This record gives sequence, C-alpha cells and structure tokens, in this order.
Amino acid sequence: MRSRGTVLRAVVVATTITITLLTVRAWAVDPTELPDPRLQARYLALTHELRCMQCQNESLADSPVDLAADLRREVRDLLLQGKSDEQVRAWMVARYGDFILFRPRFSPRTAWLWLAPGVALLLGAAVCWRIVRGRSALVDADSEPVDG
Amino acid sequence: MNRFAVPMAVFAALVVVLALGIRHSPQKGIILSPLIGKPAPLFSLPSLNDPAHAVVSGDLKGRWYLLNVWGTWCVECRAEHQMLLEARDAHALPLIGLDWKDDDARARQWLTQFGNPYEAIALDHSGRTAVDFGVYGAPETFLINAQGIVVYKYVGPLTRDVWTQEILPRLPGHAGGSS
Repeated sequence: MRSRGTVLRAVVVATTITITLLTVRAWAVDPTELPDPRLQARYLALTHELRCMQCQNESLADSPVDLAADLRREVRDLLLQGKSDEQVRAWMVARYGDFILFRPRFSPRTAWLWLAPGVALLLGAAVCWRIVRGRSALVDADSEPVDG
Repeated sequence: MNRFAVPMAVFAALVVVLALGIRHSPQKGIILSPLIGKPAPLFSLPSLNDPAHAVVSGDLKGRWYLLNVWGTWCVECRAEHQMLLEARDAHALPLIGLDWKDDDARARQWLTQFGNPYEAIALDHSGRTAVDFGVYGAPETFLINAQGIVVYKYVGPLTRDVWTQEILPRLPGHAGGSS
C-alpha cells in the first residue's frame, strides 16, 4: 500500500507544478502594471472581457500575439487618460465591432442571444410541470403504477 | 405517435432556423467591419519611399482609393501580390499600402523583388493606425470613396473575383473611369 501512497503524492506534486507553470505563463503574457491598484483591477477585468481578434477564443489578457499586446496597450492608455470602462468598450467596438466583446451588449440584434436561454428554461419548466402533473394525476386516480 | 409530434415539430423548426442562419450569414467566418459607411480613420504616417513627405489621409480626399494592409512577415500578402500588380495596371484607382509593423529595409526589398503596386506606402510601425482601422490580420483591403467614407472591406488575399465582383462595380462610372 506504500507504493499507492507514493503514486498519489507524485500525482499531487505533478498537478501542483503544472498549475504553477500555467499561472506563470499567464503572467508572462502580460506584465503590465498600472500605477494605481484600482486602475490595475479595472485593466485586468477589461482585458479579460475583450476578445483577441486574431486567436478568437482567447481574451486580450491571455493572448501572446502581437495584436493583443497592441490592444492591451490601448486599454492601458485609455484608462490612464481617465476613460470609463464603458468608454474603453465603446472605443474597441467602434473599431472591431460587437464581436470583440465576450459579453455582447443587449441590442435588437443580440436580443435573441440574451433571451433564448431564459425562454428555453421557461419552456422546459412548462414541459416538466405538465409531465409531473400528468403523472401525479395518474397516481391520484390510483390507476396502474407509473413505471420509473 | 402523437406524443412525439410536438418534440419533432420543435426540432424541425430549430433545424430550419439554424439552417437559415447559416445560409444567410453574410460572410462566413468574416467579421463585419463597423467602419463600413463611416469615415475612414485619419492618419499621417511616414512614407516608405519619400522620407520628405508623410502619407496623410486628408490628402487622399477627393478620389477613390484602395488601402491595402500588408507586411513582409505576412505569408498571405505574397499570395495577393500578383493581383495587386494587376489592379495597379488596370488604372481604376490608386492603391495605398499600409505597411503594418514591418521592417523598412525588408519592405523595400520586397517591393524591389516583387514589384511595387502602390502609389504610396504609409509606415505603421506602432500598429496604431491598423488598430484604428480594426485590422486583425493582414492582408486586409479597404475601399474608400472620394468623401473619405469606407465603402467596402475585404479580409484575406485579394482575388480576381473580389476585384471584379466587389470592388470594380462599386466605383463611380463602373468599368475603369480614371480620375
């Protein structure tokens, strides 16, 4: 049983090392530090919610490509100029379109995107409710048992 | 069976909606530029061939031009180069190059080797102008009208089809009116 403990420890150590390396890599991509910690927090939030247009499933914060670095620089400069988060987003959208936002804004074009999950949930709940009610009616009527 | 009728109908409706969505998506995989129909971003950048004069967007007003974003590091740009030379020789409108985050010496060598399709080449060392144009991958080509409005944008190597079907028909007096 000792060998099993050793294996377990090796797994834990390997996992820890992997996670540490991944974290280090994330820091290496973007070493930017803004003078004010509140500005830094907003910078991190913004770069995580803006898409890297070149490698489209990564955020600006995570992407190592040149264009992402350019856009991070713009985010930093805009924040240092005192622009609000909404102004930074608008600046990006004016150039790259809604697609750059990982969290699309609510507009007539994106209304379905936002409402569809809620509608689907309501529909599902209605279906569930009908089935459950139908079955409990069967039980109440004391007819043949419902198979599970 | 009746109990399957409703789910099947819902499924069929979903298939139809998604199929229409795919069929009618304007350009598959291409992100529409928010700049179309809007004034092209202003720029004033050093010129590759004429150190004494900057390439200024304001100077280009009054005539239509193609702004072609390229770089010697861009493999696809090599693929469209022949088409750019043909476009130049068609004399339909001037081509302005935006050399994106490139090395000047290499850019000169590239143009000497493959031919220079551009009337002027603006050097965007910092990449700032490319960002203003919403460029996310070279080559990209913008058609800009005499009022300085972006009329059309194409992402990827320019092809003869794009040139004849998308760019030429949009020009005033279609089919080769020069300035």
